[in-house]
Amino acid sequence: MTGYQTPTSIYGPVTDWATDFDHADPQYNRHAHAIWAELRDKCPVAHSDRYGGTWLPVTHEYVREIAYDTENFTSRAVVVSTVVPEDPAPIGGAPPITSDPPFHHEARRLVLPPFSPKKIAEWEPEIRKLCNELLDKMEAQAKGGLTVDAAIQYAQHIPVNVIARMLGFPLEDDDLFREFVHDILENINGDPEDRMRAFERIDAYLLAQIDDHVENPRDDLTGYLLEVDLFGEKLPKEMVGGFILLLLVAGIDTTWSAIGSSLWHLATHADDRHRLANDPSLMTTAIEEFLRVYAPVTMARLVAQDHDFHGCPMKKDEWVLLPFPAANLDPAEVPDADKVLIDRQENRHGAFGLGIHRCLGSNLARLELRVAVEEFVKRFPDFELAHGEEGVVWSVGQIRGPRALPVRVLTA
Amino acid sequence: MRIQVDSEKCQGHNRCYALAPELFDVDDYGNAMVIGDGSVPPELEERARLAAANCPEFAITISD
Repeated sequence: MTGYQTPTSIYGPVTDWATDFDHADPQYNRHAHAIWAELRDKCPVAHSDRYGGTWLPVTHEYVREIAYDTENFTSRAVVVSTVVPEDPAPIGGAPPITSDPPFHHEARRLVLPPFSPKKIAEWEPEIRKLCNELLDKMEAQAKGGLTVDAAIQYAQHIPVNVIARMLGFPLEDDDLFREFVHDILENINGDPEDRMRAFERIDAYLLAQIDDHVENPRDDLTGYLLEVDLFGEKLPKEMVGGFILLLLVAGIDTTWSAIGSSLWHLATHADDRHRLANDPSLMTTAIEEFLRVYAPVTMARLVAQDHDFHGCPMKKDEWVLLPFPAANLDPAEVPDADKVLIDRQENRHGAFGLGIHRCLGSNLARLELRVAVEEFVKRFPDFELAHGEEGVVWSVGQIRGPRALPVRVLTA
Repeated sequence: MRIQVDSEKCQGHNRCYALAPELFDVDDYGNAMVIGDGSVPPELEERARLAAANCPEFAITISD
């Protein structure tokens, strides 16, 4: 039913998480919290020879330090894989996420306004409507006593649908967008040639959509990118494609993962589920706590030049993973870090990154997450995993969240 | 109590505006600023503390 295929790896299974880790090993995301806790006591910077050399710091202090250090670490490539993109700094292939200062600042200013809190708030009614359409179908199924899937039938559709509308892309291409995301973010340890072909396919699709917008101008995000000025000139078409690649890919499985992980938590923690159902005013702090504990995004950097990082001999062009979720769970930074407290008032988490690359879409992601969880628990106040943990399929790679989440709806 | 936003540190996480819209506003780029001269009425002091404690970039400072 899931249709989910774990990508084929050119590497074998992981033998040791401190010296041979692979974040694309299916065991990694499933057991991430335990792996990070173990590494935090042991290392706290793990290294692996895979992908041409990869470092994994797991403390808040180190993750923060690297996120702020744009001299020693470049963002020109942010997805660890068997292929290092050729796009040079400071622009990279998908600005501004792949850009370094000073270009980064200019590129980011172009796309911040459509994602500002006030602009994004306008989308709330439409997101709520979309959630309810999905829930209507699930409710009919649940009433017949059938299991429903909170990831496949619900979470995965919400961000895809919203970003397609924002970009003015055909809504019926949603399966294709999820394939793109899978190819870019999950098929990371396969044959490099397959990866290159996947990128060519995506580029061709985006170019066709851009051409369509040139011929039929309309008021959407693609049209906006075709009109804006950068350094007094219109953006070249390839750069418009790069911006769109970021907007399309970065918002989809990240938010889908955050929604899925939050619902996974509620499905597996009856006390929090009942508390939230009885007191919806807890939703705001609960959402922030889910973001802290289940932060879906681990970013990456390339080492810009050989240097020593707290005793780690980092070599130019090695990868560095930035596991923001591991930083959020560091007991040195957060009181009761390993406890999920849905009424936690002080929550300085870095789920959306730290420093200049703070997630551009964070306001949209928060809105989608809150509305999706609100509507789900309103419709199904009580639910549990239908087949235990065995039935849950976790993603592989830098974005962590459930890809299949079969739940049984409980009736009072 | 007075509050201040360090615009060099603010990255637009939007936590302060969400928690205390009476005290903070955001511009078209999502960057935060204090409303008025930054003085906090007594009934909003707790909110101001919460906003500061939830800023991932430590961009908000509170002074007496």
